[in-house]
Amino acid sequence: MDRFATRKNIIVLIILVVSAGLVMRLFYLQVIDTSYKLSAENNSKRIEILYPARGLIYDRNHELLVYNQPVYDLMIAPFELQAFDSTELCEILKIDLERLRSGIQRVRNPRYRREPFIKQISPETYAVLQEKMYKFPGFYVRSRTLRKYNREIAAHLLGYVGEVDEKLIASDNYYVMGDYIGVSGIEGYYEAALRGEKGQEVLLVDVHGRVQGPFQDGRFDRDAVVGRDLECTIDAELQEYGEKLMKTYKGSIVAIEPSTGEILTLISAPTYEPSLLVGRTRTENYIKLEKDTLEPLFNRALMANYPPGSTFKPVHALIGLQEGVISRNSTFSCTQGFYARGVSVGCHVHKSPLNLIEGIQNSCNAYFCNVFRNIIDNPDYNNVTEAYNSWRDYVMAFGFGNSLNADFINELNGFIAPTFYYDHYYGENRWNALTIISLAIGQGEILTTPLQMANLAATIANKGYYYIPHTVRNIAGIDTIENRFTERRVIPVDTANFSIVAEGMDLAVNGGTGSTARIAYISDIKVCGKTGTAQNPQGRDHSVFIAFAPKEEPRIAIAVYVEHGEWGASYAAPIASLMIEKYLKGSVDPGRKWLEATMLSRNLLSEQ
Amino acid sequence: MTEKLHIEDIDWITIILYLVLVVFGWLNIFAVSYNERFRSIFDLSMNYGDQLIWILTSFVMIILLFAVDHRSFYFFAYPVYGFAIVLLLAVVLFGTEVNNARSWFRIFGVNFQPSEFAKLATALALARFLSGWDVKIRSWKSMVTLLMMVGVPAMIIAVQPDWGTALVFSGFVLLLYREGMPGWMAAMILFLAGLFLFTLLLVPAEVIIALIAFAFIGFAILSRKAKHIVAGGAIFGAFLLVLRLMTDLLSLDLNQYQVILITLVLSTIVYLIMIYLYKLKRFLLVLAILFGSIAFTFTVDYMFHNFLKPHQQMRINILLGKETDIQDVGYNLNQSKIAIGSGGFMGKGFLKGTQTKLNFVPEQSTDFIFCTIGEEWGFVGTTLVIAVFVGLLIRLIFLAERQKSNFARIYGYGVLSVIFFHFSINIAMTIGLFPVIGIPLPFFSYGGSAFLAFTLMLFIFIRLDSVRKVYVI
Ligand SMILES: [Zn+2]
Repeated sequence: MDRFATRKNIIVLIILVVSAGLVMRLFYLQVIDTSYKLSAENNSKRIEILYPARGLIYDRNHELLVYNQPVYDLMIAPFELQAFDSTELCEILKIDLERLRSGIQRVRNPRYRREPFIKQISPETYAVLQEKMYKFPGFYVRSRTLRKYNREIAAHLLGYVGEVDEKLIASDNYYVMGDYIGVSGIEGYYEAALRGEKGQEVLLVDVHGRVQGPFQDGRFDRDAVVGRDLECTIDAELQEYGEKLMKTYKGSIVAIEPSTGEILTLISAPTYEPSLLVGRTRTENYIKLEKDTLEPLFNRALMANYPPGSTFKPVHALIGLQEGVISRNSTFSCTQGFYARGVSVGCHVHKSPLNLIEGIQNSCNAYFCNVFRNIIDNPDYNNVTEAYNSWRDYVMAFGFGNSLNADFINELNGFIAPTFYYDHYYGENRWNALTIISLAIGQGEILTTPLQMANLAATIANKGYYYIPHTVRNIAGIDTIENRFTERRVIPVDTANFSIVAEGMDLAVNGGTGSTARIAYISDIKVCGKTGTAQNPQGRDHSVFIAFAPKEEPRIAIAVYVEHGEWGASYAAPIASLMIEKYLKGSVDPGRKWLEATMLSRNLLSEQ
Repeated sequence: MTEKLHIEDIDWITIILYLVLVVFGWLNIFAVSYNERFRSIFDLSMNYGDQLIWILTSFVMIILLFAVDHRSFYFFAYPVYGFAIVLLLAVVLFGTEVNNARSWFRIFGVNFQPSEFAKLATALALARFLSGWDVKIRSWKSMVTLLMMVGVPAMIIAVQPDWGTALVFSGFVLLLYREGMPGWMAAMILFLAGLFLFTLLLVPAEVIIALIAFAFIGFAILSRKAKHIVAGGAIFGAFLLVLRLMTDLLSLDLNQYQVILITLVLSTIVYLIMIYLYKLKRFLLVLAILFGSIAFTFTVDYMFHNFLKPHQQMRINILLGKETDIQDVGYNLNQSKIAIGSGGFMGKGFLKGTQTKLNFVPEQSTDFIFCTIGEEWGFVGTTLVIAVFVGLLIRLIFLAERQKSNFARIYGYGVLSVIFFHFSINIAMTIGLFPVIGIPLPFFSYGGSAFLAFTLMLFIFIRLDSVRKVYVI
């Protein structure tokens, strides 16, 4: 009928050849090749996940801070369950029959291959159970590790390890139900390095769930890769000392090594013991801490936004000098305050007039109102907006207004108002230096974190640059850290100008009459510092102090916040000076024990 | 042309083969999800309950098909095809995203996959077009029309992206071959489909090396002269050697891949000169096919990396087994081979399989249902299933060839093409003879739309066959 009709034979042939090929292959797979056949009739295989030990964490002097301790989870594989002596199992586990029954009911969800039945059984129970495991097919033990701490310090900095949630499992296919993951701090940020790489063993198991050996000679086995050890930047001694000093206060201490940006101490007070957030009691303790009105879980060092107060004055001085609107010898007089066109900012009693260095030494509000006014009214710029933007660019270059991009998951930005903020508030072109004069003394629309202020101290110590603060100085096996931590961030202000400001901060501590921070004086260490008071609309103001020491070749830069401590000199400055002495000399001089005792004996928590 | 349906005109042999496959298929779906909490075979929360409802629904549809005027399949072939295209476009835009692809509509809790019906619609449309009186399949105009008819739905499905189902459309080559498409063209289309798949599976450099090797073999077969083969090989070899030495000595920044391409271009220039000098025109074809294939490879590779979003690329990579997660060790395929292999000659017995139950390969009841057959029914079972399929396919050819109506015959070959492609590729992929492209086994795999579509497709043909004595369009 049609000339292609014979092609049907070719098509039949194709069908037969392909099908014969399939049958031959099946004959090979099912009859000839025995490698796919498992020895006993109903054998099956089991994938055993091998959990690597999490990397250890050391301090900067190589003291071990965080390590691991083994624990055991009793697991159920629902499909492998067979009849067993439930009374015996209950006796070993010290649970009642009802708990066992409901536990088994709960995990009989065929979606998951294996589920934990009882988590973290004690080593003693495990020892007994291990002997008798063969009697309980479908049950098996998974060994895991938990974190353990040599010193109960640095909870916020180290962070904690928790269980992955379903959202994470959905987005990252490395994790499966029941896996642990670093949630915050170093544990969180360095999760990828610390966790290592899970391995697996594929085992042959017989009807009774007994292991018969590796499946296909271990072809699919993979060793777990142990997590990388980290050397963090903190000094455990100093951290512990700082936490002791802060025990009775709310607030924060951040200390940085200026030459590297390494964080020597990071304290948020009140803190908690890191071992509270480990193991079976983690959730319970977490809820307790979360409910605590003193907010021990809140990491003030990174997340508390305070107005910097007078500690911000050095920044204005540096910008003023660089812009040429003031010089080292510019003098302004102060009649216990700054008064201009209806604006007044009060000041305390001190000599007048003063030059720049004396202005810093005495922390004169009037002086810095004049400096700030000169910056904003600088005739080099066409208008206030332009001058303000130039000032803001400088401030942002110091690392304010944005997070420093340190190695934390939850660092906050602080706030340096953009011009539209004022435009919106006052109307366009309807504001000027006097409208926003409170910025001159670090109040008003300005917020910074303790970490940013410590970084400011480090920048002044370095006379013009900083390294992004970070908490880890070495990752074992990689032997390096992220590039951004080793790149110098240079401030567009001349070194000479920094020297002038450092001079002022020197005199603030070591000068004579009028010096605001004499309390921080240490006889054999030249400390440069600046006090401040952070306004607090909710209650008593906060005591603030930034400093670095020694003046020549500084080794530590520090910012201390004590909430409700009011004057910088009353709490923050003495604590900072004790910290500096402890770090540079190893201990506090007997002659200054009285100061230490005073700080330890005061208590601003109970007054609340 | 009035007709009356005579029961004896219905081909009961095909229907019995179909029922054998359906019953056996359902038993296997039951075996996969059966566990001790079994309540009822109509338990809708279980795959087997759900599938049973679809099977019963399909039976109702079969009865409806026999109630419909048989001529409507011819008359509505184009509207049905057009509607299928609209549905395909709609699902790409508004479908529910499952596993990173938009292949599904979810209507009143029922999942519906338009691409399954697109195959049926395409078979109808091809049959309608080719049965036209004035259509000469060997004219370029018809060829282009036919390729468009197959290509357009395949492309839209590829965008979802469901590249496995898109590849199924290359199966229509069997129909076109039967209806007179030149053999070399059919071979070419299958070659391109294979090339497409292997470009995704391998890195372009490997594909290009393979293509060059093929070209040499083609060249050798075409010339059969030792001096040509030696000369051709020597030119290529010499350029390759020189380039390698130069990259090493001058430390040029060339990778393997660039070295091969440069060698190929330089050798081709020499080849072209020699073809011109010695009048060896017939070898031009080899070069043309080689460069065409390389261009095709680049296009596919480019499309894959530039038109697909990363998660869609990942889906295709996972499908092809290039990416796996830790729970699924190297893997679906190996699992599947182990399950089938462990069945042995006689199998472990109904509901006695452990591999297919314990491992929870996600597609256990869908794309990998053949594993359960292999494990529980052994070599005896798998051979029997293949035998029944072969019986059905050959019966379809027999039925198609006895049609007076061209439309019915061509449509019959369309049904055959689709079932054959699914049957052979699905089994081949579960036993490691073909890359895993994720297409179901007809009448076996769990999945309502696929089952319904296969059933409708088959029974439209049985319906057409039942009126073969009177139907001559
Ligand atoms: Zn003053």
